[in-house]
Amino acid sequence: MELHSLTIHELQDMIRAGGTTATRITEAVFQRIGAVEPKVHAYIRLMKEEALAQAALADEDIKRGDIKPLTGIGVALKDLLCTRGVPTTCGSRMLQNYISPYDATVVEKLAAAGAIFIGKTNTDEFAMGSSTETSCFGPTRNPWDTDRIPGGSSGGSAAAVAADECIAAVGSDTGGSIRQPASLCGVIGFKPTYGLVSRFGLVAFASSLDQIGPLTKDVEDAAIMMNVLAGYDPRDATCVATQIPDYRKFLGRDISGWLVGIPKEYFAEGTDREVLDAVEKAVQSVEKCGARITEISLPHTKYCVAVYCIIAPAEASSNLARMDGIRYGLRAKEARDLAEVYTKSRTDGFGAEVKRRIIIGAYSLSAGYRDAYYGKASQVRTLISRDFDEAFRECDIILTPTTPTPAFKIGEKVENPLQMYLSDMFTISANLSGIPAISIPCGYTHAGLPVGVQFLAGRFEEARLLQFAAAFEKSAAVEKRRPVV
Amino acid sequence: MDFETVIGLEVHAQLLTCTKIFCGCSTAFGRPPNSLTCPVCLALPGALPVLNRKAVEFAMKMALATGCRINEQNVFARKNYFYPDLPKGYQISQDTLPLAEGGHILIEVQDGNTKIGIERIHMEEDAGKLIHDEANRASYVDLNRAGVPLIEIVSKPDLRSPAAAVHYLKSLHEILVYLEICDGNMEEGSFRCDANVSLRPRGQSTLGRRTELKNLNSFRHVQRALEYEVTRQRRLLEKGLEVEQETRLWDEAQGMTMSMRSKGEARDYRYFPEPDLVPVVIDEAWVAKVRADLPELPQARRERFVSAYGIPAYDAGVLTSDRRLADYYEDVVRLCDRPKIAANWVMGDVMRLLNEDRRGAHDCPVMPESLAEMILLIEEGVVSGKMAKEIIEQMYRTGRPPAQIIAEKGMVQITDEGELDATIAAVLEANPRQLAEYRGGRDKLFGYFVGQVMKLTGGKANPKLVNDLLKKALHHD
Repeated sequence: MELHSLTIHELQDMIRAGGTTATRITEAVFQRIGAVEPKVHAYIRLMKEEALAQAALADEDIKRGDIKPLTGIGVALKDLLCTRGVPTTCGSRMLQNYISPYDATVVEKLAAAGAIFIGKTNTDEFAMGSSTETSCFGPTRNPWDTDRIPGGSSGGSAAAVAADECIAAVGSDTGGSIRQPASLCGVIGFKPTYGLVSRFGLVAFASSLDQIGPLTKDVEDAAIMMNVLAGYDPRDATCVATQIPDYRKFLGRDISGWLVGIPKEYFAEGTDREVLDAVEKAVQSVEKCGARITEISLPHTKYCVAVYCIIAPAEASSNLARMDGIRYGLRAKEARDLAEVYTKSRTDGFGAEVKRRIIIGAYSLSAGYRDAYYGKASQVRTLISRDFDEAFRECDIILTPTTPTPAFKIGEKVENPLQMYLSDMFTISANLSGIPAISIPCGYTHAGLPVGVQFLAGRFEEARLLQFAAAFEKSAAVEKRRPVV
Repeated sequence: MDFETVIGLEVHAQLLTCTKIFCGCSTAFGRPPNSLTCPVCLALPGALPVLNRKAVEFAMKMALATGCRINEQNVFARKNYFYPDLPKGYQISQDTLPLAEGGHILIEVQDGNTKIGIERIHMEEDAGKLIHDEANRASYVDLNRAGVPLIEIVSKPDLRSPAAAVHYLKSLHEILVYLEICDGNMEEGSFRCDANVSLRPRGQSTLGRRTELKNLNSFRHVQRALEYEVTRQRRLLEKGLEVEQETRLWDEAQGMTMSMRSKGEARDYRYFPEPDLVPVVIDEAWVAKVRADLPELPQARRERFVSAYGIPAYDAGVLTSDRRLADYYEDVVRLCDRPKIAANWVMGDVMRLLNEDRRGAHDCPVMPESLAEMILLIEEGVVSGKMAKEIIEQMYRTGRPPAQIIAEKGMVQITDEGELDATIAAVLEANPRQLAEYRGGRDKLFGYFVGQVMKLTGGKANPKLVNDLLKKALHHD
């Protein structure tokens, strides 16, 4: 096996055994990038020089026996995470040349854990999209079929992990932006409980929904990444001070007797037959582990997309107001007065999807409409959340498909935003209710496209969620295929 | 037609916290532009606000001092609008669940005290400042002030005249300063006021159409602008015209208000709960703790000074005009139990010396112990009132207690009768001509002899004793 295709824990074992070095791993990753990146376009910016310098320092640490959880591990960062020194573009013309003077909390944590940053990955503009096509830098391609989208908005991160252009990656998930691309690219995508991982330094899309999480090659790597990412941060008021266990310790533990809920609303019409077949097999694997299966109902499921389509744009319309061309970002040169600075800069700086959401969001908050739209959506959001509270009183885990279809063709849904929004129909509920969720590969379509299954757990139950996912991973033993790019 | 004036005020007060409301930047005034900023108050991408709990406590103090009910659930909201001094494109403020509601303060008007209702007090952040360079046709933004904590105090439309409005405003100002949560500086903008004014036919209960006045930068502006606006509205109504609901700007130079924007142009702020901040829960225990730290308020203190110390209302007013001065005065009284004499000294020499140096009573070099001691020394006749004037200057310059200064300067009064008798004898002997004239009936020369005794003793002789002994000596022989 080549180094770039190994997992975090495999590489760490090798490093500990003196079998490889940070420099060798990093070089291998960049060699792989050199080979496949022109076809995949997972990255907005590569950080080769910085990475090799970091790797050299890591090797010094290794020689001293100072090996941290991510020492020598090449990690890719979604370009929505602020990084000092290299641009943080959010896939937008607006911030094309913007360099943050500070690092996001998770970037600091990853660096402190020894991670080596490979580059900034492509994303839908300000994370608004499900295909990475709204990036101003052009779409990322799915390594399994480069005519197809990798999902989004963390499509760059998912594709980079799938194509072995990094060992692990970090993304952000507002309505499925980690899990949906993970599912379409055949990797693990983990969205933690809202408040478990600091959002400080994550450029906000919808503040009450955004959460940072890892994309990895297996569950153990997800646990290793979560050990680093999770934890209280005084700079994020929504970050909860809670005891963080060593998630890795829960892996390999038995899940027999656990009750797994299958919400019937997630298996209604409209989901691809091959996806349903793969998920059905996943259910069988879960049963093999000794877990019990029960059908449940999450009655407000049908409102999830609608609620999301009000709340996320409403918050986004306000969050993006700071992109006004005054202090940073694109400023229209030909503007003659203040109003023109605003309108021209924002007209030039934002793409169509971002504008669409700002307009919808501003509308749903405006006088006379706020109660009917934003107000009502907030109320229904509470109902959706209660559905889960109710379900988790009984169930340990809820199992659903991650996406209704496998990866679709580039350009297929660009002209049909509603169709695009529906690709997140199974993932949105976890954001609305704040619960943790993971997408994990569970099979392939006949055409060889990966399919993912989603597991959800109660708030702050990530240890049990990872325990369950690891048991499933072992039991299902989904054939490990590699995309041929 | 007889019209009734209806005024409501919205007051913005900057809170005197050391750091801003949502980040750790200093709130200092007058620093180089943009030197007190960070990713949070510059609204850089990815930065998040974290609430300064001190600001909440300061706001709670004002809420309690004005008898408001503090909401247990405090929710911040985003008030969205674009302006270059507002870096996030929204102001973090409060909307449906403000800090406190339903209070009042008492103001004194001609016919006694009137209750002025407080609708609500809420917390928010200040915006930055724009600096316009006309010559270079450029505008600059200084964000040092962006994120400085503010409270907005909204009155009920209970004010019936411009004078009452100013009175109310001064009372709020006094309370804020007394609580030491706002420096009250109107020029620097730490205390600002907008006014809503309307007229209605006397006896009518519904409100007339109002205008909102802005740019009221001093008590005088408030009074003049309101008077102007009341007259303007009355004239319109008397002509049978309508008052347009609009925002008007006070122009002090021209002495008039001018239309800024009409109702049609009114902004839609698209309020919604701030998702970056969790609701602040203010429980009973927290309220009780803040309440316990609340100082006695100026009005109550004035009344107590009159009743407990028996000093005139005027003195009580002067002494309580500044919280630290009142504390100082009370310390002195506690130590010497001479309220009126203490009041005279504090209002006289102490305040004069402090004012000369623009110093506050809290760092007065004359310790209350020293002033109390001196008051007792005067009473005991150890020092004369005249000597005391000199001693207090010394106490102020050196910070030393009076006994020490008296000892160093040999300023103790001579009260030894034998010593004074000898001095008097010497004076009479040295001035035989004057003595003869006095005895011949020139009574006015008595003063001359006193003066001579004083001169010989360097002014230290106890004047009363000199009088007694001199009379005895003059009439004895």
